Parts: sequence; C-alpha cells; structure tokens
Amino acid sequence: MGVCVAQSGLARKEQVSGWLFVMPALVLLGIFMIYPILWSLWMSFQVGRGMSFSFGGFANIVRLTQDPVFLRALTNTLVFLAIQVPIMLVLALLFASALNDSKLWGRSFFRTAIFLPCVTSLVAYSVIFKSMFAGDGIINQVLLGLHIVSEPIAWLADPFWAKFVVVSAITWRWTGYNMIFYLAAMQNIDRSIYEAARIDGVPTWARFWYITVPMLKPVILFTAVISTIGTLQLFDEPNLLTQGGPSDSTLTLSMYIYNLSFRFMPSFGYAATVSYVIVVLVAILSYIQFLVARDRRA
Amino acid sequence: MSNPLALLGRAATYLALSLAAFVSVFPFVWMAIAATNTSPDIIKGKATPGTALFDNIGTFLTSVDLPRVLFNSFFIAGVGTALTLLVSSLAGYGFEMFRSRFREKLFGGLLLMLSIPFAALMIPLFVMMANLKFINTYQAIILPTVAWVFIIFYFRQATKAFPHELRDAARIDGLKEWQIFLFVYMPVMRSTYAAATIIVFMMHWNNYLWPLIVLQTNDMFTLTLAVAALSAGYTPDFGLVMVGAIVATLPTLVIFFLLQRRFVEGMLGAVK
Repeated sequence: MGVCVAQSGLARKEQVSGWLFVMPALVLLGIFMIYPILWSLWMSFQVGRGMSFSFGGFANIVRLTQDPVFLRALTNTLVFLAIQVPIMLVLALLFASALNDSKLWGRSFFRTAIFLPCVTSLVAYSVIFKSMFAGDGIINQVLLGLHIVSEPIAWLADPFWAKFVVVSAITWRWTGYNMIFYLAAMQNIDRSIYEAARIDGVPTWARFWYITVPMLKPVILFTAVISTIGTLQLFDEPNLLTQGGPSDSTLTLSMYIYNLSFRFMPSFGYAATVSYVIVVLVAILSYIQFLVARDRRA
Repeated sequence: MSNPLALLGRAATYLALSLAAFVSVFPFVWMAIAATNTSPDIIKGKATPGTALFDNIGTFLTSVDLPRVLFNSFFIAGVGTALTLLVSSLAGYGFEMFRSRFREKLFGGLLLMLSIPFAALMIPLFVMMANLKFINTYQAIILPTVAWVFIIFYFRQATKAFPHELRDAARIDGLKEWQIFLFVYMPVMRSTYAAATIIVFMMHWNNYLWPLIVLQTNDMFTLTLAVAALSAGYTPDFGLVMVGAIVATLPTLVIFFLLQRRFVEGMLGAVK
C-alpha cells in the first residue's frame, strides 16, 4: 500500500514537471495560433470594410465563386504546386541517393554545393534571379550563344515564362534542403540490404525503387506535406520577382490575401475567407498524401 | 560484362551531380561579379568583374542606414532564435521524456497545427498586434514565432536518441528537472541545437511577409525588408542591390559553415 502511494506520488510529480516543460509552448501556440485561426473562421462570415463589419452568412463564399482575381490566384497556386513540388522532391531524392554512395568521390563537396542555395538570404536570391533573367541578361545571352533560342525570351514579362522563373527559383532554393532530410534518413538504412541486393544482381534503378523509396516513405511523406503547405502559401518569391505580374499570371492566394487586407481598402472578412481556402486545400491534400503513402505499403 | 554499363552509369552520376553543383553555386558567383558591375552592365549579362564595386557600395550606404538595419535584423533574428530554441526544445523534451495520459493526443493536435498556413493567421495577428499597440515593434515580430511546431517536432524526434540513463543518474545525484535539462540535456544534444540554430536563424533572418505587414517605418526595417524595397520594380539599380544581397547573405553563410559539421549530425539524430 505504502509503495503504491509513493508510486502515484512520483507519477504525479513526473506529470507536473512534464506539463511545466511543455506549458510555455502550449500557451504561446494558444495565443498566436489557435485563437487567430478561430478568429479567422468567425471573420470569414463577416462582411464590411475596415474595422466595421457585420454578419454576412455565406456572402463571402458566394463572392469567391464570382471573383475572377481569386480564381486566377487559385489556379496559379495549384499550378505552382502541381509542377514545383514533384520536380523538387524527385530531384532531391535522386541527388540524395547518388550522394549516399560511400565510394563516391567528392561527396561532401557535392553535398555542400547542392545545399548552399538554401542558406542564401531570401532577398539575395530574388535579386540574383531577377537580374539573371533580365531581358538581355546572362541567361538569354547564354541561350543565344548556344543557339538554343533565336531571340531573347521575355522571362519576366511573359505570363508563361514568369511562372517558369518562379518555379525555377523555388526549386533552386529548396531542393538541397529536402535532400538533407533524405540523406539523413538514408544513413539509417542497413547497408547490408543493398549489398545483398547487389549480389543477387538487382540493378541500380530497382534497388532505388524497391529498397530506398519504400524505406524512406515516412520522410518522403513528411517533406511532401511540408512542401505542399509551403507552396500553397507561396508569397515571398512571386512578390519579390514579379509582384504577381504580368497581368496577375504569378499572383498567389497569399499575395491576394495580402492585397485584400493591406493594399486595397481592407476587406478582412473576405480576406479571411480566401485564407480558409488555403486551410481547406492543405487539409485535403495532406489527407490524400497520407492515403497514398499508406496504400503503397499494402 | 556489366562493367562498361556500370562505368557509364557512374559517369552519368558525376555529370548530373557536377551540373547540379554548378547550377547551385553559379548564382553566388554571379552575385559577387555583379556587385562589381554597373546596373546596365548587369542586365546586359556581363559575366566578368568590373570596376564599379566602390560606387555600388557608396550608393548602397547612402540609400540604406546600414548600422540601424543590421542591428534590427540581428536583434530580431538573435533574440528570436534564442527564444524559439529554448521554448521549442523545452516542449520537445517534455513531450518525449514525461509520460502522461494526454501526451500523444496533445502531440497529435500539435502536428495538425503544422498545417495551419500563416496566410490564415496574418490578419488576426495584425489586428491583435494593433490592439496591443505593438505595430512597428520588435516584439510584434518575435512573439508569434517563439513556439514553432516544426521545431518542437524536430526536438521530440531528436530526443528519442537521448539516453534515459543519463537523466536517471542525474536524478540520483539530486539534480532538479530544470537542472537536468540545462546541464545534462542541452550539452549532450549540442548537434541537435546546432542544426536547429541554422534552420531557425535562417527563418528569422529571411522572414519577409510578417515584418512587411508589421514594420512600417524605415528605422525599424530589417535588412531583408530594406533590400527588398530597393529591388522593387522592373529595373532597380542592380549594382547597389547586389551589395545589399551580399550583406544579407553573409551572416547565414557564416553560420552555416561554422555549424556545418554539427548540422549533418543533428539532422541524422532527428530523422531516425
């Protein structure tokens, strides 16, 4: 009996200490995440301008469906997502598996070089890309010099190429970041599995597809979800590279929310509704990625 | 028989990696060269060093109050990083080391928060900061980023590798829980902290959208905001902006190279 009481006393003490460790983070998350996200939800049913608003029911949702700028921002964001995230993750996975070979010469050089873009400052890389992709800039000079194109491409002035530049810039910056996650996870795969497969004559691509990819599934899922969330709220790069132009061809949902709240006459209720579109998209896509990852195992 | 094929595959690997390394590094070289050229030369794609470096530095220093802006950036990133690491590692440690009935449910809820986009928070946060009269202050930038779900998750993952025997031994020696954290856990996990420092410092240093909303006067601008303002429009003065870009990149680059070795170790610990 005495032992029992001592045990539960100890357990309670342990619980109290545990709570003290997590409490600061929980309180801050409550104030700066939970409360705002609920406030946003409530706000998305309000109509009006500035700080004077009234309950509008589904008026904002109806407005969404008739707002051509919103629909363009939504399409742009989804196009960025569908093209950029798969390219980046596949590249990261391929680089990581090449660099995981301990017999590869210059491993740490390649690893550092490919990771390097991720430590550039945000403004630096936007400015660099903007200048390299200028009308007569270095990229066009090289392409002309190699006779790949016959006349300069209007990178930032053409709707298609402006999207291309934004996708290239993000891929340049974040591929190395994702590669590091894969590399770290690959170090934990038992090397003898590869050895056994090689002795059995399993070709390189099959070793990659049937050993590496399944073993890395949790990390791949994690990076896919994180990248999806990042791309759905894309703001920095298009705002710095193209300011959403030309003619809204690189306008993203986050930029539109920013414009609605802080550039035009503030329309917080409608902006909150647009922001919930991102919340819903994140939820749906994360769920799908989760299902796909689970399916592959079966 | 498979030898020539293997050799070919190896050559292709090196070619692909070299190309990737070149594409990754070239923009840095370009930035350094461009800083020595005039703006018209830069947009004409001149890839050889020029003589305009000192002019560019001069015009950059007259258009930006560099000491002030550097102070703002270092203050926000420094204090922000220290607080984020402390609060988030405390939580990560707490979640892993202490058992409680609600632990896993709570942690699951925390992971769900990972998917809350900042875009959905920025309006309420702005109104909140306005009500608190925090607009255009350091605390408005720092406070919302102190508890960082991603970093909490990272620390919890890494803490799985922290030997429980160390804690038990420290308890027997009579150390209090916070002393164990401070004097046993933190030193043992220094690689984890190093990797987290790189990630968190970079996020604070490069933070753009939230400072853009909250900071409103030039004397409060961070380096990121100041250089971004100079580079706005289709034809900014690229020469001076390149100088700003180099100044903005150096701190993150230095931190990365100082902590690089620990970075890989730290990431390894977290992905197990």
